[in-house]
Amino acid sequence: MSSTLSACGAVLRRDLTLVWRRRGDAANPLLFALMVVALFPFALGPESAQLQRIAPGVVFVAVLLAGLLALDTLFRGDYEDGSLEQLVLSPHPLPLLLACKIAVHWLTTALPLILISPLLGEMLHITPEARWLLPLGLLLATPLLSLIGAVCVALTVGMHRAGMLLALLVLPLYVPALIFGAGACMAAQAGLPYLAPLLWLSAALVLALVLAPLACAAALRISLA
Amino acid sequence: MNTLALWFHRIGSPPTAYRLAGRITPWMYGIGAVLGAVALYGGLVLAPPDYQQGDAYRIIFIHVPSAWMSLFAYLFMAANAFVALVWRIKLSEILAMASAPIGAAFTLVTLVTGALWGKPMWGTWWTWDARLTSELVLLFLYLGVIGLYHAIDDRRQAARAAGFLALIGIVNLPIVHFSVNWWNTLHQGSTVRLLGPSKIDAAMAWPLLLMALATHLWFFGSVLARTRNGLLELDAGKEWVRSIALQGESAGGSA
Repeated sequence: MSSTLSACGAVLRRDLTLVWRRRGDAANPLLFALMVVALFPFALGPESAQLQRIAPGVVFVAVLLAGLLALDTLFRGDYEDGSLEQLVLSPHPLPLLLACKIAVHWLTTALPLILISPLLGEMLHITPEARWLLPLGLLLATPLLSLIGAVCVALTVGMHRAGMLLALLVLPLYVPALIFGAGACMAAQAGLPYLAPLLWLSAALVLALVLAPLACAAALRISLA
Repeated sequence: MNTLALWFHRIGSPPTAYRLAGRITPWMYGIGAVLGAVALYGGLVLAPPDYQQGDAYRIIFIHVPSAWMSLFAYLFMAANAFVALVWRIKLSEILAMASAPIGAAFTLVTLVTGALWGKPMWGTWWTWDARLTSELVLLFLYLGVIGLYHAIDDRRQAARAAGFLALIGIVNLPIVHFSVNWWNTLHQGSTVRLLGPSKIDAAMAWPLLLMALATHLWFFGSVLARTRNGLLELDAGKEWVRSIALQGESAGGSA
């Protein structure tokens, strides 16, 4: 048991160190989300009432797309240098080790996005109620996106140009998280009760926390067979 | 080994499955086509026009059976993918992957016929209604499975990966099915019930149910035909495929 925990610790430390060594890359999802949000006023015009109406949805989609682009890095480096196979061969439970990897990935790609999400909302004149609900909604939705995404990345791990295909696999599965997450913020903005979608999101997150690492491990075993 | 297990193993072996599928497929297609023609005649000519929609409602004889098939095909694909992943049965892998494009086609037919009906009835081709949207997501899931299957070079690994994706996507199936009950949106609730009385007149019900039967038969005919191709492709280097290919050559390449 303690050896499993120390293995998890080792995975966490290693992945965090790897991210820290290339910390410039960590800014890329942030810049991407910022650019996507900035495109909307250019496309729709600067009229603040219109931007306000779509603000929560746009921020959610921007964060989702930034996460989608970042997904590819989850296993890419480990697959290329062979350490992913060592992870699969290790005597410790693979789902647990993968859960650690996904956690680090979420911490380094999604958490910064959540932190700047009030700013993203502010760029589109989001209302004050929705501005503070936005990070909360993203806090529940982004781990769900990372977990679901990890399963799909595990299925495409050996492919050379997986980018477009990954989007095709992942986006249909992202739809419920988007509906509930953005729906809660939209409801808050309209002055409606918003607790129910957040509870749905939490329930889905609990389910995914348990099942997704198992599914991810099974998918990885298929891809590396 | 008992008789049932022996029979199961024999069915699962590619040459036997190939021959058996070849024998069943024409019957499926034939009976499916006849029943479909009868159902179309019943639906388009014999059934009375709707008191509100006139003749426009007649598209349900295509739309509703296709919608049922879009769900059934997914269920069939996921069930076979499950069998393939757990027991590593080659035939199930091919059956699962053979049903994906057919299911996608049924889903597309559902969406297109729905749009054609929606224009005069709802005044719009498309609306972001719960059932329409979840059916669209179903189409994307099918496309994802097909895309993943064709992106991996090793056929068996491809089938396992795509089958796994199909199993994950199965969460969408109850959402499609119950969307009209859960969310009170534009799409009407179901009028045909398996349990309890249906809210559809018998004159309209029998062509609909007959068409549903016909589409099932057509689906299985199509799946088996695709499975035969899949089996030949998978076992391309094997002796039984070579003998079939040589037979085809001596018969003038027509077989």
